Amino acid sequence: MIIAKLAFKSLVNRRISALLTVLAIAFSVMLLLGVEKIRTGARQSFANTIAGTDLIVGARSGAIQLLLYSVFRIGNATNNLTWQSYQEIAAQDAVAWIVPLSLGDSHRGFRVLGTTTGFFEHYRFRRDRPLTFVAGAPFADLFDAVLGADVAAALGYQLGDPIVVAHGLGEVGFAQHDDKPFRVAGILAKTGTPIDRTVHISLAAIEAIHVDWQSGARIPGQTVTADQVRAMELTPKTVTAALVGLKSKLATFKLQRWINDYPDEPLSAILPGAALQELWSLVGTAETALGAVSIMVVATALLGMVTMVFASLNERRREMAILRSVGAQPRTILGLLVAEAGLLGLAGTALGALLLHLVLLALRPIIDARFGLYLELGWPSGAELGALAAIVLAGLLAGLLPALRAYRLSLADGMMVRT
Amino acid sequence: MPRAAVERLLSTRDAPADASEVLSLRGVRFAWPGRRTFALTVERFSLERGRKLLLLGPSGSGKSTLLSLLAGIVVPQQGQVAVLGTDLATLAAGARDRFRAEHTGIIFQMFNLIPYLSVMDNVVLPLSFAQQRRARAIEAAGSVLEEAKRLLGRLGLDEALGAQPAASLSVGQQQRAAAARALIGRPEILIADEPTSALDRDRQAAFLDLLFQEADLAGTTVLMVSHDESLAPRFDRLQRLDEIASTEPGAAA
Repeated sequence: MIIAKLAFKSLVNRRISALLTVLAIAFSVMLLLGVEKIRTGARQSFANTIAGTDLIVGARSGAIQLLLYSVFRIGNATNNLTWQSYQEIAAQDAVAWIVPLSLGDSHRGFRVLGTTTGFFEHYRFRRDRPLTFVAGAPFADLFDAVLGADVAAALGYQLGDPIVVAHGLGEVGFAQHDDKPFRVAGILAKTGTPIDRTVHISLAAIEAIHVDWQSGARIPGQTVTADQVRAMELTPKTVTAALVGLKSKLATFKLQRWINDYPDEPLSAILPGAALQELWSLVGTAETALGAVSIMVVATALLGMVTMVFASLNERRREMAILRSVGAQPRTILGLLVAEAGLLGLAGTALGALLLHLVLLALRPIIDARFGLYLELGWPSGAELGALAAIVLAGLLAGLLPALRAYRLSLADGMMVRT
Repeated sequence: MPRAAVERLLSTRDAPADASEVLSLRGVRFAWPGRRTFALTVERFSLERGRKLLLLGPSGSGKSTLLSLLAGIVVPQQGQVAVLGTDLATLAAGARDRFRAEHTGIIFQMFNLIPYLSVMDNVVLPLSFAQQRRARAIEAAGSVLEEAKRLLGRLGLDEALGAQPAASLSVGQQQRAAAARALIGRPEILIADEPTSALDRDRQAAFLDLLFQEADLAGTTVLMVSHDESLAPRFDRLQRLDEIASTEPGAAA
């Protein structure tokens, strides 16, 4: 009781250095908790990149590779899926819907995805959120394009603007499909997924712009105009991958095995959830590093606190001697200094948690909109409370160092202070 | 003061010890830890209840060591230091601290108060460590704070000063607050280490008058250490430190 009172008043007396110490701890705690929040948020967002899809089908490859190129638009498919195989999969009883994905072209650095309007209907992210349009609608015409939110924002496109798709994936394509320009028909709302950075056109359009191409170059002397191409049969021979939704989840493994054993062509079917988790475990090293750094920052702040208490020791020997003279035991002095460290740690930790909460409250909508990161708010989770308690405990332990020094000093000094 | 007066006072050393002994040292040898020579040797010294003793000695004569022994901060390697009949060496360190809290009030030369506490908090500070003194203070005035106010008032400190931070007081005011702290809850012994040396001569007299008045009321025995012989007439016993104690050259003061 008297120790708590003395500790509190002593800190109030040194309020500036105490406040700075508390702030240092608070900021470090903010960082630690913030990193933890972003970590769980990122993991969540990552896991929520694709939902509602039961299987992703592509040419035979590893699960991560297929996931990377079909969902994250990273890297390229080594091989395609023939239209015939696609049709056979679509015809399976268990299949509720199937959406083809055709990749390979780009528009000013953004990938172009050839697909069907089923894509806008069936694609889900963040558990069950469908794609929504901020403007326009899914493509209706052959030369309609639907832009992801980032594409529209970065390039300043509006509905009705013409765009030209480049062959290949370079930022500045040499080979432009400039004879067949597209028109912006719709713009999607921000999702925080790679869809934001994708230009969507119909599968037929992919065929249309390649109709007079062969092996990545225009066939010389053979040009088909945009009007002529409308009259042509535009069924693709291959697609890059396909998203499959099933009538019943129970059929997932059966269909997956059927696809993996497909006799006519080597194919792979993967479960998006499992593949995402596998991929995250690769990316997860970064989060461990981030966590380690924030722990170091907390340790630094606590070190600063110990330094502050240590620095005050010499000027407080008189105070210790007075306390001894009125009957305080050396362990009372020890308790006093540990209590001061504990109060600083507790105040810093509580303030840090509070500040983070306030900052998140203010910034969460912005973070969600800009980075597609949805951060949970609310009372600290069990793990977070554990971390906070560990910080306070670490503060107390750190406070033992100067306290033990004070204990020894007050044993040696007694009531006499050599100042 | 005239030499004769000093001699007269010194002679009271051999007065019959009708009062019971409050302090008693026998064959004490003390060395600070890590030193091989004794810092202080006291063959025989005692102080009777109700006395006001002035212990005269220049700095370096072992006063501080003696006070530490009397307060039970340290125990001698040889001999016995008894306070109120209790041999301090028989108590564990923590018990000695509690014993000091209960029975001894201490006033230093200066810087007696904890700067970040109010004057009032400083005065009642010992009561956190001494339950009997707390009980006596409550008994005397109804509450700890009332008793502190009463004592501050008796020692000539305005009640309004009680709430102020100790650091804002003048040196004289601080010493009086320290006296109130040493006397609250009526401890049996008051040990004062040059409490007046920071005061000018007029204030010294006034301070001692108030201090003794309160000590008499509380029945507290007073042991004051000073190098200032001119204070002697106010005491009923005078003791030269070098007559009871010897120190090794170079030992801690």
